[in-house]
Amino acid sequence: MSEHTLLRQEHSDSTAVFGFWVYLMTDCVLFAALFAVYAVLRTGTFGGPGGSEIFNLPNILVETFLLLTSSYTCGLAMLAAHKGRRNEVVAWFGATFVLGFSFLALELSEFHQLLLDGNGPDRSAFLSSYFTLVGTHGLHITIGLLWMLVLMSQVLKRGLKPMTLNRLALLSLFWHFLDLIWIFIFTIVYLMGAK
Amino acid sequence: MSIPKHHLPAEGNLASYTAGFLLSVILSGAAYLAVEQGLVAGTQLIVMLVAFAILQLMVQLVFFLHLDTVSSRWKLLVFLFMAMVVAILVGGSIWIMNNLNYNMSPAATNSFIIHDEGVTK
Repeated sequence: MSEHTLLRQEHSDSTAVFGFWVYLMTDCVLFAALFAVYAVLRTGTFGGPGGSEIFNLPNILVETFLLLTSSYTCGLAMLAAHKGRRNEVVAWFGATFVLGFSFLALELSEFHQLLLDGNGPDRSAFLSSYFTLVGTHGLHITIGLLWMLVLMSQVLKRGLKPMTLNRLALLSLFWHFLDLIWIFIFTIVYLMGAK
Repeated sequence: MSIPKHHLPAEGNLASYTAGFLLSVILSGAAYLAVEQGLVAGTQLIVMLVAFAILQLMVQLVFFLHLDTVSSRWKLLVFLFMAMVVAILVGGSIWIMNNLNYNMSPAATNSFIIHDEGVTK
């Protein structure tokens, strides 16, 4: 590859990362709207349960640590990717996937329990906004997990080409971003709602 | 020919990722304990939780998302614009809706308003 194409490749990579960053920031605005709705409707329980009655804090702490650890393993996967260690990349992303999947499974079991108890999103304004906010985050996690599977198979099949590396970089940005959004759900919805 | 530094995507290293992870775990754990132990309550607790969340926001932005002024000034600029939009959106919504709730509240909160506004019956 000539120096010129190398430079152009590098330039398009940083443009892609910047473009993805702009997308993440607009996603932040989407979450901000849902947070605002939750903050406004928080007290509208319509005779139903409030946050302190339905949140299982130890469970939520486990979810938080699962997601934090998955963010760490995702970082380690990227470090391995930059060093060109293919098997390590797959192993760390595999760990990230398992942690992310466990998070999702815990969240869904929590939702399932709420639905069984008759505290679904149709119960009150509070529960509607709660399910929308936390569910939207869960949906992002699901998309991230699917994306991770696709990229892991690409790494296994084609190795660590510059194009694949670039895609991995975008996925890791997305994953760290979801971790960050969860910190605010953890603090605002669960910790502040528990008392 | 060397590629200008600002064109390279920012990367971390093992030490920075580990530091970010440990700080995040400590901050989340501390926030959880503050609620669970009930050492502080009310406004104090809220202020404490917000402080922990903002600290963790900064830790993760720096160590995980590599947001700094060196690698990309534009990234920071877009982030700051987003922060402004979020502040207006969330702050404005809460402000307006609380005002509406206050002015259109059912009978149960009337006594509260009477006391607040110094209305004499």
